[in-house]
Amino acid sequence: MLKDAAAIVGIGQTRFAKRLEPSEKALAAEAILLALDDAGIAPSEVDGLASYTMETNDEVEIAKNIGAGDITYFGQVGYGGGAGPACVGQLAMAVATGQCRVGVAWRSRKRGSGTRPWAGDRQASAPATWTRPYGLLRPVDEIAMLTRRYMHEFGATRDHLANVAIAVRRMANRNPGAMMFERELTREQYMAARWISEPLCLFDNCLESDGALACVVVSAERARDGRQVPVAIHAFGQGLPSQSHTMVNYWCDDPLTGPSWTCASQLYRHSDVRPEDLDVAQLYDAFTPLIPLSLEGYGLCGKGEGAAFTEDGALELGGRLPINTSGGGLSEAYVHGFNLITEGVRQMRGVSVNQVPDAQTCLVTAGEGVPTSALILRRGS
Amino acid sequence: MNEVLLPPIDEDCAPFFEGCRQGELRMQQCAETRRLIFPPRPMSPWAPRVKPVWIRVSGRGTVWSFVVPHPPLLPPFSELAPYNVILVALEEDPRVRLTGNLLPREGATIGELDPAAIEIGAPVRAVFERVSDEITLPRWVRGPG
Repeated sequence: MLKDAAAIVGIGQTRFAKRLEPSEKALAAEAILLALDDAGIAPSEVDGLASYTMETNDEVEIAKNIGAGDITYFGQVGYGGGAGPACVGQLAMAVATGQCRVGVAWRSRKRGSGTRPWAGDRQASAPATWTRPYGLLRPVDEIAMLTRRYMHEFGATRDHLANVAIAVRRMANRNPGAMMFERELTREQYMAARWISEPLCLFDNCLESDGALACVVVSAERARDGRQVPVAIHAFGQGLPSQSHTMVNYWCDDPLTGPSWTCASQLYRHSDVRPEDLDVAQLYDAFTPLIPLSLEGYGLCGKGEGAAFTEDGALELGGRLPINTSGGGLSEAYVHGFNLITEGVRQMRGVSVNQVPDAQTCLVTAGEGVPTSALILRRGS
Repeated sequence: MNEVLLPPIDEDCAPFFEGCRQGELRMQQCAETRRLIFPPRPMSPWAPRVKPVWIRVSGRGTVWSFVVPHPPLLPPFSELAPYNVILVALEEDPRVRLTGNLLPREGATIGELDPAAIEIGAPVRAVFERVSDEITLPRWVRGPG
């Protein structure tokens, strides 16, 4: 069993900005070396690598730039924002089964200054045949479709989405590394913002960012002797539900019961931590409505209750479940959710700029609406 | 329409677009369970050893959800925005939700309808618009067929 067998012992990140000068390759190497420094582990000890299929830097390039040793485990995970926790989880499996000893997961992306994938040539995938000719072009349009239905079925409103945007923005306002540091967002600004795809407005969308992040995974035994408070990978799940489609999951029994539900059942199967035990959560937030959908999928509230869950400051510090405490994809940086992993680690170390007092457990999720993944992190001793 | 946004016809979807050219909405069906299969594919997930068939469906359904995209978009949609995109739950199996556009009348463009007139649950029926020599797309208008 994977439970607590491996731990995250190093994290690293570059600056985040709309435009950074270095290449994605240089940014990836920078973040990885910072993570190894944080762990106190030499690059030559790295023998495992994991990243996203959408990552432009392959393992050969990374290994030769950071000065890795012989690599004995390497793997990539698909589906964009669904991949982050799975990269870490697969390294944990590789470490726990002896396929490698020092694993590095990373994501480097210049989505801020680079191109928008949806604007690319030809069809991105087979389902695109059934959506793009009608003008359903962008991820925001695809998620807006679920959002409108969610509002219709469960009485969710734009105020609920604003609760998410504002809660996460307040986290970023206190994080000097966040792109939205000190840049407040009021409800009035939210309500007055331009539409991107009705019912979603500008502030329902994540940022467009350049940046890179990385983390280092070793065995629990090695982690005990490390430089940092070990952060145990307590549980790991992936989910690709029966008969589901990525982003346009419209051809199934209930599109509002997405991949999170499948992932959650695996995540909790071997976990000692139950949803009600979670002290803090880092929930994938490419779009605000993914928060209520993820709260439901991961059992933090009942079906259809995710919007109401956001009321009364529940997602803010001191609330029922603080989320995305570095500012998430909405307000720190959007790097396919990898900053949610590193922030989960900081919460477990007790060093977040928005520290939840005495936090012992943290949920980290990847994107709802795509084949997805999640981790439960636990503060080690 | 921008070539980039026209669907590439492959063997899986060709019967659908052939139906559209003839003014019919066609769906793939599992030959064993009679359940509609969408999107079309080589195998039925409910009877992978039995070749799926194609049938004509009524072209009637109800609006399951809708969005109204605004720029930044791609041509030709940037010029049409704000327009509507709807999901239509088919009468024969509401789990099949076809993406499309609601028009105020047959032959209108996709930006013409006031989005305030769109209601979830409203009945709609398919009409067809030839957008290129090869491609005819289904569109939707209010009312039972």
